[in-house]
Amino acid sequence: MGVTEMKTDANTTRRGFIKVVSVAGAGLVLGFHLPANEKKFNSEYGDGNFTPNAWLKIAPDGSVSVTVARTELGQGVRTALPMILAEELEADWSRVGIEPAVADPKYGEMTTGGSTSVRVSWMPLRKAGAVAREMLIASAALTWGALRESCRAENGSVIHIPSGRSLSYGSLAEKAAKQPVPSDVPLKDLKNFKIVGQSLPRLDSRDKIQGSAVYGLDFRLPGMLTAAVSRSPVFGGTVKSYDDKKARSLPGVRNVLQIQRGIAVIADSTWAAFQARDALSVIWEEGKASGLGSAGIRAIFDERITGEGAEVRREGDPLGALEKAAGKVEAEYELPFLAHAQMEPMNCLADVRKDSAEIWVPTQSPQWVQGAVAEVAGLSPEKVIVHTTLAGGGFGRRLMVDYAIEAAQISKAAGAPVKVVWNREDDMRHDYYRPASLHRLKAGYDGTGKLTSWVHRIAAPSISAQLFPDAKPENPPYAVDGAANIQYNVPNILVSYSMSNTPVPVGWWRSVYNSQNAFVNESFIDEVAAAAKVDPFDFRRKHLPEDSRLRKVLELAASEAGWGKPTGGGRGRGIACHSSFDSFVCHVAEVSVSGKILRVHRVVSAVDCGIVVNPAILRAQIEGAVALGLTAALKGEVNIENGSAAIGNFDDYPLLIMEEMPEVEVHIIKSNEEPTGIGEPGLPPIAPAVTNALFSLTGVRIRKLPIRLTG
Amino acid sequence: MASISLTVNGDIKLVDVIPETPLLWVLRDTLRMTGTKFGCGRGLCGACTVHIDGEAAHSCITPVEYAEGKKITTIEGLARDPQNPLIRAWLLEEVSQCGYCQPGQIMTAAALIAKRTKPTDADINSAMSGNLCRCGTYTRIRRAIQRAATWELRR
Repeated sequence: MGVTEMKTDANTTRRGFIKVVSVAGAGLVLGFHLPANEKKFNSEYGDGNFTPNAWLKIAPDGSVSVTVARTELGQGVRTALPMILAEELEADWSRVGIEPAVADPKYGEMTTGGSTSVRVSWMPLRKAGAVAREMLIASAALTWGALRESCRAENGSVIHIPSGRSLSYGSLAEKAAKQPVPSDVPLKDLKNFKIVGQSLPRLDSRDKIQGSAVYGLDFRLPGMLTAAVSRSPVFGGTVKSYDDKKARSLPGVRNVLQIQRGIAVIADSTWAAFQARDALSVIWEEGKASGLGSAGIRAIFDERITGEGAEVRREGDPLGALEKAAGKVEAEYELPFLAHAQMEPMNCLADVRKDSAEIWVPTQSPQWVQGAVAEVAGLSPEKVIVHTTLAGGGFGRRLMVDYAIEAAQISKAAGAPVKVVWNREDDMRHDYYRPASLHRLKAGYDGTGKLTSWVHRIAAPSISAQLFPDAKPENPPYAVDGAANIQYNVPNILVSYSMSNTPVPVGWWRSVYNSQNAFVNESFIDEVAAAAKVDPFDFRRKHLPEDSRLRKVLELAASEAGWGKPTGGGRGRGIACHSSFDSFVCHVAEVSVSGKILRVHRVVSAVDCGIVVNPAILRAQIEGAVALGLTAALKGEVNIENGSAAIGNFDDYPLLIMEEMPEVEVHIIKSNEEPTGIGEPGLPPIAPAVTNALFSLTGVRIRKLPIRLTG
Repeated sequence: MASISLTVNGDIKLVDVIPETPLLWVLRDTLRMTGTKFGCGRGLCGACTVHIDGEAAHSCITPVEYAEGKKITTIEGLARDPQNPLIRAWLLEEVSQCGYCQPGQIMTAAALIAKRTKPTDADINSAMSGNLCRCGTYTRIRRAIQRAATWELRR
């Protein structure tokens, strides 16, 4: 449903959704609530008893600040969210800024993940802006003794239309705060949007490039000490014994102590802590992961996938239809564990005192940090203040709280504020990896080249089973995201999941299980198209419903890429599309091969994520998703040796470099649908677009990532 | 410990540190200049890039004693000039996402355009190959460098 049609429901605010929380002299301050997800939205505003978790302040000097509980990871939320509010407020964008929120359980869910920030904040931010606008207009009308209808708001001022007089928001703020909060406010028509839809520059760009932005690693407290931790290289290992004599003798070392996860060295500086940590001699009790290697993990997957597995989706008679098919294709796909490798290594500054604690941390989940630290410190959560700092990338790694637990344990034991700093090797070897997975597929098609059957069996570790072993397993399992809900029409389908847990820590990695399942789906559909001797674009198109949003992006990307026309220059072209986080993305990749080197020259993308708040940020997110997904396709692999991650630094876990980055051309579907996610959906289809292009060029089908050409 | 005299962005700084301490940690921990970033500690990612006597250097593997008596420039020094073409070009091209690697990228780019006034794509690829970005800002960086080089010529 388009926004403009939502007259009866969403165009009005419900009573109690927004509160004035101003104190005298502060101007107009409204508190409102951003829900954790869309479903909760309507139920949360029923009775007017809500606690704000977001604030809008219009100061007497005319500056507008928005406080929201979302972490800036480079995805642009600190710009996109204020834009939505400023649109309805009719604010002067040059006076709008953003302040981060402090974690508190009363503020509700603050996690930044699942490409949710814009999706769930869209309507509440618009309503908050509209309420403030109406209160400012009402106070101006009162000042002039004019009718509300004779006034309008524009660019940070209220204008009296007949006389042309105007009053700035700053001058009206105090008076507006005394106006009743209107329960029904009109929302703007999309066609009158001035801010939303513009490629406005990010609010934080200058600080970042001048070196003045403060990331977690940059934050200091007076009297702060720095710690480095020696952790068991084998997953789940514990300290058997240790010798710290040499470490303690080094300059700048204050203390050495044992914590749950290993041995911590506390020092005056980062370098002193690193040096002393390396001087420790620790003997580990390796535990049950001892001796486990990549082959052993593959054996677990093989054993599990041949069992029944949980049937997540079954329609028609998939096995019977396979028997009757005119043509059949079978294949096995395999994907590795992947590290996040965000540029800023994990770090956390904790100041745990007897009666309270304060934490400064680049995290995507400040409230999980709060809960975890409260437990370590023996405090109730409201005694723990979590300051979310700027983060040097996240990609899902900062949803975990392990680094904060370490910092809290060390600070508590040391009785001082302590910043725990991980070096790159710590970060690579103690990640929560994108799960490895094994996939077995079968498909059948009829004499006209129509899919008649699709069977997809998945073996992979469950992130939630490892993290929340006592919780009821989610249904459907996250591991089938993008597999069970495959968008192609097929009358007989079976998708099953064999949970295959290993001691390797697993976690959320940009687009989560969509990253594996889109590669598998979109490679295998290409295989079926090739077997049926149908063009891969035509094959996909034919199997997508006519009104499908995925079909629209498929068609747009194909036409912009010149699908069907010769590529020239020895290049091959491949296509792949996928829907995740309620958005739709198609990539067409152009590649060439020289010896063992695969080059990706150009990626043409089409995206439908509903209304676009900031097209420049959207384009950057697609470029970023292409880069991360391409790194995974070309290079990403964490092998397991003796229960450890066999990587250490960027020499053995290489990232894409500049000359390997293709030109990315982003085409956006114009839409009046509500905005959906954009941080993740660009990632899943890039790897299969590249491997499908390789197939069209060379006939080589890649069923295992990363791509290793034999030359 | 030893007393070492450093010239950072034109200012003389006396620091009392272990002579083998990497320049990166002296800048960050001792001098509290945190624009220079820690990424890998082994000269593999470029986040810690500074200039030593005008040459781009990985401060994470440069012992501070090596930099004594030499001219050190960090991102804070380069950014003192608000009209610096690289800063302007980075803003115009909206390069930054998470932004963490960008000070290092800019320092490497500055050393490049000081030598090559009209850098080709190949020059840029080669000079920037040691600066990693996980957010995928590479094509914007290349465009920003080309733009800045053009502006620098006109200055």
